[in-house]
Amino acid sequence: MQRSATSFAAELIALGEPRANSQPSERGPAVNPIGIAFEGVEKRFGSLVALRNVSLEIRGGEFVALLGANGAGKTTLLRMAAQLMKPTAGSVALTGTGSKSEDARGFIGFVAHTTFLYDEMSAEENLHLFAQLYGLNDASARAAEALTACGLSSRAGSLVRTFSRGMRQRLAIARALLHEPRLLLLDEPAAGLDRQGLAWFGTTLERLRAEGCTIVMSTHARNESLDLTTRAVSLAGGRIERDSGIDGDPAELLAELRSAQGGEA
Amino acid sequence: MTTSRAAAILLAKELRLEFRTRELLTTTVIFALVVVVLFSFAFEPTAADSRRYGPGLLWIAFLFAGSLMLNPSFAREQSNETLDALRMAPIAPFAILLGKMLANFVFLAVAEAILVPVFAVLYNVSFSGVAGRLILVLALGTLGLVITGTVFSAISAHARMRELLLPLLLLPILTPLLIASVEATASLLAEQPELDRTWVAFLAGFDIVFLTASWLMCDYLLEE
Amino acid sequence: MKGRITLVLVAAALMVFAGYAALYVAPDEKTMHAIQRIFYFHVPSAICSFVAFFVVFIANFAYLGTRQPKWDWLGVAGAEVGVVCSTIVLITGPIWAHPVWGIWWTWDARLTSTFVMWLLYTAYLLLRGFLDDPQRKAMFSAVFGIFAFLDVPLVYFSNRLWRTQHPQPVILGGSNSGLDPVMGKVLLISFVAVLCITAVLITDRYRLERLRSEFDELRFRAESREAERASKIPHAAREARVE
Repeated sequence: MQRSATSFAAELIALGEPRANSQPSERGPAVNPIGIAFEGVEKRFGSLVALRNVSLEIRGGEFVALLGANGAGKTTLLRMAAQLMKPTAGSVALTGTGSKSEDARGFIGFVAHTTFLYDEMSAEENLHLFAQLYGLNDASARAAEALTACGLSSRAGSLVRTFSRGMRQRLAIARALLHEPRLLLLDEPAAGLDRQGLAWFGTTLERLRAEGCTIVMSTHARNESLDLTTRAVSLAGGRIERDSGIDGDPAELLAELRSAQGGEA
Repeated sequence: MTTSRAAAILLAKELRLEFRTRELLTTTVIFALVVVVLFSFAFEPTAADSRRYGPGLLWIAFLFAGSLMLNPSFAREQSNETLDALRMAPIAPFAILLGKMLANFVFLAVAEAILVPVFAVLYNVSFSGVAGRLILVLALGTLGLVITGTVFSAISAHARMRELLLPLLLLPILTPLLIASVEATASLLAEQPELDRTWVAFLAGFDIVFLTASWLMCDYLLEE
Repeated sequence: MKGRITLVLVAAALMVFAGYAALYVAPDEKTMHAIQRIFYFHVPSAICSFVAFFVVFIANFAYLGTRQPKWDWLGVAGAEVGVVCSTIVLITGPIWAHPVWGIWWTWDARLTSTFVMWLLYTAYLLLRGFLDDPQRKAMFSAVFGIFAFLDVPLVYFSNRLWRTQHPQPVILGGSNSGLDPVMGKVLLISFVAVLCITAVLITDRYRLERLRSEFDELRFRAESREAERASKIPHAAREARVE
């Protein structure tokens, strides 16, 4: 794309304005749900083997609860799904997108232990930035909508540095949902959420499920609302230990794990 | 989206972050000023001396100030793992690197814009008549500095002793750039000022070589 | 194993022979006399440092392409040996120069480039020292190594260009111009000897790095097994670290 110095400068100035030619990214209820397939995945960090021979197929529209103790490999699995790291062996592939990897990242949302937010920017600025990076039309409007939805519009102009833990977590979730991902990866998303946040998060999950979004949520069996899940997969020592299966009922497995993890946080 | 558009968005973000706090800019300018003043205590510059040693002094000040300024650039992305957030967005990895390079360039350019007139005043050196050509030389030299510096700051962000490590990695690599920039600047201050095309071409070559190398290796720099 | 011992013996024999040749066989140089004999080790060391650094470049490239740790081992081996060779050059140079020309050092293109090259590869080794994660260490030192290698010709040319613009008395002129044939042969012998030593050092250092890496892995596994046996926490939390 040829660009003269003046047009580049003009673009810099106009970055706040809605762009006419951004990538189209409006996605309503998913017509083609996205799944993810892990095949023979191994991940080593030096001598440490975090995942060994993990094969797992998650179909579009599933809501998978990923269980396991700390160190079992849940976070590694999620980060791999989020395209943040590549496996040492085996493959991780999104199914149902029919596109090359760059576009695929635009379908994925990730909520992790860290907030992925710039503390020295305001809530609105953070969301606006990511809206732009994900190529959304009218980034400002989408950012404002997201702020209203998570109940933070009154603090839109405040720096994230001034937010409480619960507010930051809400904003982090809002950031992940901004581009209406069709694959949502959650690593203990409810940690730190206040009551209002939890309620909002619960309804959001329900809505996403109804729209056919594929959700993979890592959690301890005691936390979060697991009633919406369609499947439970537990990891131990980097391997898949139990899997309630694509068409199975996760309730039994969840109950078992809840009692097994009696004292664990 | 194109790499340049993504880089522009990230550049805007960097500028917004920096102009809010201005901590990086102020410290860079003050430090460079300190270096410039210190040199005047090290030797008493006559007008002839200034023309001879001035360019060297100026570029050393920029190099030192620059290498100090580069670390915080990537360090900023570590607090909430925002670098990972950028890597997850559907943008080319090079856009992230390029955005940082452009931001560092702007910051250093602002510092130089302040420093050069101050230097001219303190050492009674006149840049009149060569301003345009001087800006070209400054731009090419600064570009080389930020291109290599940004790459190495991405490396040293993960290392111990990063404040010492970055200059240690960067300054040996930049010796050709230092020679070229100083010579090109000196020829602009000579009795008959002229733009030394050889050195300017060398600077441009240096920039192209390392920009290409950065582009080819940026995936390795940013991956987990 | 046998191959290595043979190589070491050959290299040692060659070095002894080269030393003898340099001291006794080579004719006395008419102006510099005895001190000139350093040349028989100064020049080969310089050439071998380039060879070593070229090995580093290849290793860095190969590592980025294949991600196999063995290329990282080769890289650090080559860099360390290269730095040693460069150090020898930088020390023998001034020792030679001082009695002959009365100065220890001059900033001509060759010497300056050698010095900067030494700095670059020392920085390479220091970088490795400050990076803890083994994969990052290998990756980042490969990237830096490639940058350093690209920089070396630029350093040399910028210095050459600079010196032609500000000509200095040519002190260390082309030492190969009009070389006495016997001197030439002695030089060749000592070059082969130094090259053999370089090869031995690089292979040994490579082996050392490989063994170190294997040792670390074995120790890690042993410690994990020990920890698992000692603790009573369910296997789930431990198994991740076994094997």
